[in-house]
Amino acid sequence: MKHPFFMQSLLAVALSASLGLGAVATAFAAEQYVPLPTYRVGPYASSGTLWWAGTLDYFRYINEVEGGINGVKINYEEFETEWSPDRTVEVYERVKKGKNGSPLAFFFTHSTPASYALIEKAAADKIPLIDPAGGRTESTDGTVFPYAFPLLFNYYSQASTGINFIAQKEGGFDKLKGKKIVTVYHDSAYGRETQAAIKLLAEKYGFENIQIPVADPGNEQSPQWRRVREIKPDWVFLRTWGVSTPVAIKTAARFGIPVDHIIGDVWAGSEADVIPAGAAAKGYQALAPYPGGATFDVHQRLKKHILDAGKSDLKDKKFFGSVYYNIGLVNAALAVEALRTGYQKFGNRPLNGEEGRWAFEHLVIDNARLKAIGFTGLLQPIQITAKDHEGGGAARIQQWDGKQWQLKTDWIQADRDTLRPLIEAKANAYAKEKGITRRDLSKEQ
Amino acid sequence: MSVSAQRISTTVSLNDGRVRVGLQVGRWLTHGSFPYAWLVLILAAVGIPLVSGDYWLNAILIPFLILSLAGLGLNLLTGYAGQTSLGSGGFMAVGAFATYAFLIHFQLSFLLAIFLGGAVAALVGLFFGLPSAKIKGFYLMVTSLAAQFFLEWVFVKFPWFYNYSSSATLSSPPMTVLGWDIASPVSKYYLVLLLVAFLTWIAVNLTRSQAGRNWMAIRDMDTAAAVIGIRVHRSKILAFAISSFYLGIAGALWVFAYLGSAGVQSFGLQRSFQILFIIIIGGLGSISGNFIGAAFISLLPLLLDYIAHTFFAGMVDAGLLQNLQKVIFGSLIVWFLIKEPEGIARFISHLRGRLSVWPLRF
Repeated sequence: MKHPFFMQSLLAVALSASLGLGAVATAFAAEQYVPLPTYRVGPYASSGTLWWAGTLDYFRYINEVEGGINGVKINYEEFETEWSPDRTVEVYERVKKGKNGSPLAFFFTHSTPASYALIEKAAADKIPLIDPAGGRTESTDGTVFPYAFPLLFNYYSQASTGINFIAQKEGGFDKLKGKKIVTVYHDSAYGRETQAAIKLLAEKYGFENIQIPVADPGNEQSPQWRRVREIKPDWVFLRTWGVSTPVAIKTAARFGIPVDHIIGDVWAGSEADVIPAGAAAKGYQALAPYPGGATFDVHQRLKKHILDAGKSDLKDKKFFGSVYYNIGLVNAALAVEALRTGYQKFGNRPLNGEEGRWAFEHLVIDNARLKAIGFTGLLQPIQITAKDHEGGGAARIQQWDGKQWQLKTDWIQADRDTLRPLIEAKANAYAKEKGITRRDLSKEQ
Repeated sequence: MSVSAQRISTTVSLNDGRVRVGLQVGRWLTHGSFPYAWLVLILAAVGIPLVSGDYWLNAILIPFLILSLAGLGLNLLTGYAGQTSLGSGGFMAVGAFATYAFLIHFQLSFLLAIFLGGAVAALVGLFFGLPSAKIKGFYLMVTSLAAQFFLEWVFVKFPWFYNYSSSATLSSPPMTVLGWDIASPVSKYYLVLLLVAFLTWIAVNLTRSQAGRNWMAIRDMDTAAAVIGIRVHRSKILAFAISSFYLGIAGALWVFAYLGSAGVQSFGLQRSFQILFIIIIGGLGSISGNFIGAAFISLLPLLLDYIAHTFFAGMVDAGLLQNLQKVIFGSLIVWFLIKEPEGIARFISHLRGRLSVWPLRF
């Protein structure tokens, strides 16, 4: 019967050690704690490694070159999740109290399933969930979802921007009447999120809406594209993810669907999606709320201070300016600008969740600000309010020329006024199901 | 003296050791001759909520208990009745979606809904257990794969199951159990603990009942079992049904007591493998093995992550550090399985056997 005592003493030692560490750690503060759930291993590692290289490079740039945000440095910490919602929930629980005396101002989920899983917990804990170009669409309505931010470009806006671009190509919305638009989608929460929006737009503009699912993972799509060929659509909206995108592009080519009439959405528009498709992808277009390319101002700054100084997290420098790297950059910049907004109001100290929400709900990045931080052309002007947690809703269109993405258009705005009632109806249904009363914004400052 | 004699007998008689380990745990629980199980239960019920915060309850203990329950479900089928299955994730999904349907479409109370959800999972398991009359071993495993894929497809295809939400996910409505509001982490923990303890107690008794003995006879040699008059096919189907009942309850708890919102992706093939690894590593044909295996599979990666974060963060490249953790975890699995192919539960019982006769070498 010796081993229980041994275990006890081991536990006691471990416990006192961790308590001691905690006591030491609280002594210094004044750094804003930002946990990052990452996926550097697992099935999505190839995009994850570039994504967090972008985020880390920008945080390093802010910390080391600009001396922090108004003097407050970012204390970032990575947590591996392999893009599994279970692991993201675990990370959230681990970090929600903050670290080293800094409370948590917001939590990046970077995963629609994780955003769904955390939405109630975060509302109870008063911690904003940030999921740019993802998340739960109806959480755009901040009066029902005060702590969820599907920032920048929600799924309805993705659908609408796609349709608007098609209208532009056809020469006006009146030309959409009678056209056939096929959506080939990844059969998952992500893939289905745009259906209600496209249905509404089809009724409004009179085009024919055909939805064709591709089951996960989607590495065999002949039946789907045979159907597409039978339909003879005018345009194809491709909403796939991961391996299903290059397979779709290649199979479409085999069935003779013109690639320049296929429009990919945000998560089907990176180098990883087109390079494996080879020559078939030449001419493929995609929505780009995060355009690819290394020619933006911020890239010059990062190259000078981070890449050339050997401080970059990027292993292979040829991915500098790739779509996923730029996604990381833009998301980091959104966080930094929101924190800056918060510091102006609450003083230059780490913010807590409620202050973080205020900061995001008052985030304004106009053209002048974009120029100052070097994001002109890379990030759209954005204004978030308590009522509107998306704030942007635009994307550029980029086209793959066989070697790199070429930006074809300026920002194309989604038809957000048409979609807003749909979002509010869904938010109302949620509020009713959960017994939530809407925030009365007139009573808030 | 009798106790240590019993222990020695466990370690010496290797041939029917699996049966005995299971029996012994049962004896502790029911006869009180060995109070460890009760001690653990009391500690879990009283001690843990006192000393641990939300993080421990929400992120560690609740998923650990639910995975243990799922392991228990599969272990009844695979460890006791000897029928292989890779459909565990699918049966968990049935439990979760059926419970949701009973809650939303039929407005039943949570406790009733979850047991009916388990019952529906049992029926589905019974159906997919039918091929076990003709097919054995790895081939049966392949048919259970069909169950996994079919069930995943069903719960994506028909929007009725997820109440027509645009994203095909379930989200838990406010729940009460007999007037008790299940909202805080502590109440969720108690709900899970009570259900898991109750179902474990049932399982222990089940394995010692006629049905359990029939299963073990079939597992060890089904021809011989048939010769002595056991109705082999009926027993196998019963094992499928009961195993699926347990898995269904675990699936429902996964959604309603742990994640709060989940889609069918939470119950993919990955989950089936995870549960299979839990019982292989913990110990086939052992009740405590499920808990040990679940701890190994779900807690060890977190522990490694903690160690990496506390001692190595910033010193080693982040991507490399993550991959190293995977390497260490994998090596530990290999090491344990070489050391004791019958699982950690057996490893521990060996250890205990040696310690009880300590100065004398076993």
